[in-house]
Amino acid sequence: MAVVPILSALILLPLAGAVLLLLVRTRGHERDAFIQWTALGVSLVEFALSLWMWSRFDPTSADFQMVERVDWIPSFGIQYAVGVDGISLFLVVLTAFLTPLALLGSWRSVHRKVREFSFFMLALESAMVGVFLSLDMFLFYVFWDAMLIPMYFLIGIWGYERRVYAAVKFILYTMAGSVLMLVAILTVAYLHSVATGAYSFDYEGWLNLALPRQTQVWLFLAFAVAFAIKVPLFPFHTWLPDAHVEAPTAGSVILAGVLLKMGTYGLLRFAFPLFPDAAVYFAPYLATLAVIGIVYGALVAMVQPDMKKLVAYSSVSHLGFVVLGITAMNIQGVQGAVFQMLSHGVSTGALFLIVGMLSDRRHTRLIAEFGGLKHVAPRLVAAFFVITLASIGLPGLNGFVGEFLILFGAFRWNPVLTTVAASGVILSAVYMLWMFQRVNYGAVTNPKNEGMQDLDARETWVLWPAIAMAVFMGVAPWVFLEPMAPAVNRIIERMAEAEPARVVTVEKGTGPFSGEVGEKGPVPFSSR
Amino acid sequence: MSSVSIIGPALNGIIPVICVTLAGLACMLAEAFRQRGERMPIGGLGAIGLAGAAAAVVLLWGRRAESFGVVRADDFGLFVQMVLLGVGLLTIVFSPKAIERDNLPAGEYYALVLFAIAGMMLMAVATDLLVIFLALEVFSLALYVLTGLRRHEYSSTEGAFKYFVLGGFASAFFLYGIAFTYGLVGSTHLDRVASAVQAQALSGNPLLLVAMGLLLVGLAFKVAAVPFHMWTPDAYEAAPTVITGFMSTAVKAAGFAVFVRVFLLALEPLRAEWMPVVWVLAVCTMVLGSVVGVAQTNLKRMLAYSSIAHGGYLLVAVIAGGDMGRASILFYLVVYAVTNVGAFAVLALLSTRDAPMEHLDDYRGLWHSNPAIAGLLTIFLLSLGGFPPTAGFVAKWFVFSAAVGAGQFSLAIIGVLTSVVSVFFYLRIVVMMYMAEKRDAASPPPVPRPALAALSLSAAVLFYLGVLPTRVLELAARSVAGMF
Repeated sequence: MAVVPILSALILLPLAGAVLLLLVRTRGHERDAFIQWTALGVSLVEFALSLWMWSRFDPTSADFQMVERVDWIPSFGIQYAVGVDGISLFLVVLTAFLTPLALLGSWRSVHRKVREFSFFMLALESAMVGVFLSLDMFLFYVFWDAMLIPMYFLIGIWGYERRVYAAVKFILYTMAGSVLMLVAILTVAYLHSVATGAYSFDYEGWLNLALPRQTQVWLFLAFAVAFAIKVPLFPFHTWLPDAHVEAPTAGSVILAGVLLKMGTYGLLRFAFPLFPDAAVYFAPYLATLAVIGIVYGALVAMVQPDMKKLVAYSSVSHLGFVVLGITAMNIQGVQGAVFQMLSHGVSTGALFLIVGMLSDRRHTRLIAEFGGLKHVAPRLVAAFFVITLASIGLPGLNGFVGEFLILFGAFRWNPVLTTVAASGVILSAVYMLWMFQRVNYGAVTNPKNEGMQDLDARETWVLWPAIAMAVFMGVAPWVFLEPMAPAVNRIIERMAEAEPARVVTVEKGTGPFSGEVGEKGPVPFSSR
Repeated sequence: MSSVSIIGPALNGIIPVICVTLAGLACMLAEAFRQRGERMPIGGLGAIGLAGAAAAVVLLWGRRAESFGVVRADDFGLFVQMVLLGVGLLTIVFSPKAIERDNLPAGEYYALVLFAIAGMMLMAVATDLLVIFLALEVFSLALYVLTGLRRHEYSSTEGAFKYFVLGGFASAFFLYGIAFTYGLVGSTHLDRVASAVQAQALSGNPLLLVAMGLLLVGLAFKVAAVPFHMWTPDAYEAAPTVITGFMSTAVKAAGFAVFVRVFLLALEPLRAEWMPVVWVLAVCTMVLGSVVGVAQTNLKRMLAYSSIAHGGYLLVAVIAGGDMGRASILFYLVVYAVTNVGAFAVLALLSTRDAPMEHLDDYRGLWHSNPAIAGLLTIFLLSLGGFPPTAGFVAKWFVFSAAVGAGQFSLAIIGVLTSVVSVFFYLRIVVMMYMAEKRDAASPPPVPRPALAALSLSAAVLFYLGVLPTRVLELAARSVAGMF
């Protein structure tokens, strides 16, 4: 097969589409439909491309695949280097999956400056895909920082009442963390030049550096803070409720669905493998923060009167699980963490879409304003129900697989923390079901809800893919777990060198619960 | 040989300076012979002179032409001259509308701009402290007058007077420093100073520290380093806005060229002595520039503090030193020049006589009334804030990279953190333009086509340097490679 630069195409396609949209002349709203369809078309082609990438992906290899390398700034050893492995593969697919849904979900609610909205959405998609595919730290940082700009505009222009405050808080918070990472990146490149005589920003080259432990500690902290803010890990989470609540629906979907994953992806891809000794040292602390986040997020979510805020805090809780899984650093924990990233993206993205639909209809998101919706909008409530169950981790749906694997992996490492974390599963059922009950059951108490429209065709198309994906991930998790296993194993092996006693790599089929998830095989799927 | 040597080899090194000076004289003459009410393309004359000088710079590239033993047109100096010429050309393109609006005397205006550029260009290639002082005075005097050119405004006169008094003071410091240096070394030539310092004939001599300190004060004043920055906000606010953009970039370029020649070459062996002082200057400059910028609501003052902060980043590169530090200074100067001139030009182009567009509130909803200009200003602001994929990011990257490479971790950390603070006030402008509703329906004046084209070109350059910086970076690296 001819070498197609498929990853570059994935990065550049949305950007090209975005620039193309800028060339469309708009006068009033006459071209809005054309712009929306074009943007949707571009994002669908992008999704198709990402599926094509998946189809060409060799699931047995732990290496980066489809790698493209071009010298960019040779005097500093900076390359344009992109590649995909089992971890980034699905995150890219998730990004490409959620963007069309977000665009379609805000078809009606965004009615001013449609062209600019679509521009920023597509530019954001480019940057997000770039973050996941970068193998060069300079390139990674460029995408990482560039991503803030479109998100800032999306929140600030099309958001709700306190949008400016939320947008500025979002960008300053994130930047404050990432500039420290910038210094750390420069430091590692400098240390690389001391060790080998040449500057390099190549991720794989950095893995071969043997950094002294004390240096690792500082560098790890700089990286970890940047990623912890993004995740967001307690106590760095305060930007999140503001940004999520004030962002427009599409912004919330992308924020929760993809942007938060960049924090956990960064921990797993960069902070842990690059500085393994420091990571092992700090893992218990990170895990403690994660568990605090799980419980705290859930408790705060429970008392929220605003649905969007509730979902936002539930993200703090769910992402705590992901960090816990990563810190466990065994195959179940990490695979569960990556799976949970995907599943949280799908279910929380869908939740934000549903809340957005309710808010489009009623211009309020307060739980107290609703009640008895199942009488007026049964199809919407049915979709809401499936997604709620997915979010609280009902077996058979996507949320269960990730949480189960994480708790299982974490228990093998630290039973005490895991026990506390497990309460988050129960609490999530409490706040989600309680919210669902108040919004949808009982009699229609508020007369404003009586004439509420059920899902129209467009909204059905927005929700169907998400529901189908939630079910598919729940019944066939191996489709996702199997290709990521080699890459996950490689990271774990690397961590095992740092602390051999702690990390136990589970061989095929030896885990006590290995048959639980899907009947096709054991947890660390490395068959084929 | 080429046309360059026709005039005589001794003049080679100053041909670009001569071109610009002649253009300045031509502008003065043109103004003198202008009939009352006659329209004359005086700015065009200046542009021709600048273009000629640019051609001369290209021809002189790589020749290390020496003139009279006090000027050495090495690649470093020529690079800075090119930046200055670029700033000058942009300034001339943006000027006509401002001249018309404020009723400024066109001939004087252009002549002074050109004389200022000539002085700065001389400063960039001078290798003798006295010639550096001469050049410094040439451009300083021109700038004092330009600052107070809006004669009918009290604030303009006030700012110009402040600038003049403090500037004269600083010049005296610098001159005193030269005197001490001469007393110690017996020469004002930088090569002699360098060899005397190298030979350690002066080690431990307290007078050397005095000389160094006085030179530092003079230069720190010109590049607006804290605590010698007091004049900056007032002078920047007083000057016509296009001139503010010119001052904030060109003076820095010339000032840092001398910084490199004096401190990174001649006095490099004494690094241990001056570094702590410059270190404190750099930290104060970055912190004060960005923190006080947050409190500003007048855009010109805000950008004045921003340019103070950017001077701090350049000082970081001075401290980093070495080839990497010097190259990063050059690259930073290019990027900063394009960005800042562009940002001030947008301010100038939007202003009318009734609505000066200097207050933050004036920018409410600009996006709705003039999306193109708002977009351009956003690009400039994002570049000032150091966001990828604009050139501002790459420039900061290389400055801090040099700092880390020199082991200056704390300086790099302070630098990046202050840049986050400065992002806050850049974003305030963006917030106003995009996220605030317009209060009145008054639409901003139309922007002349050449100015719009120049702004678009500047923005394109910022993206080019942000995505493909290699060529310019390597050019900068080559120009500093064999300086002495």
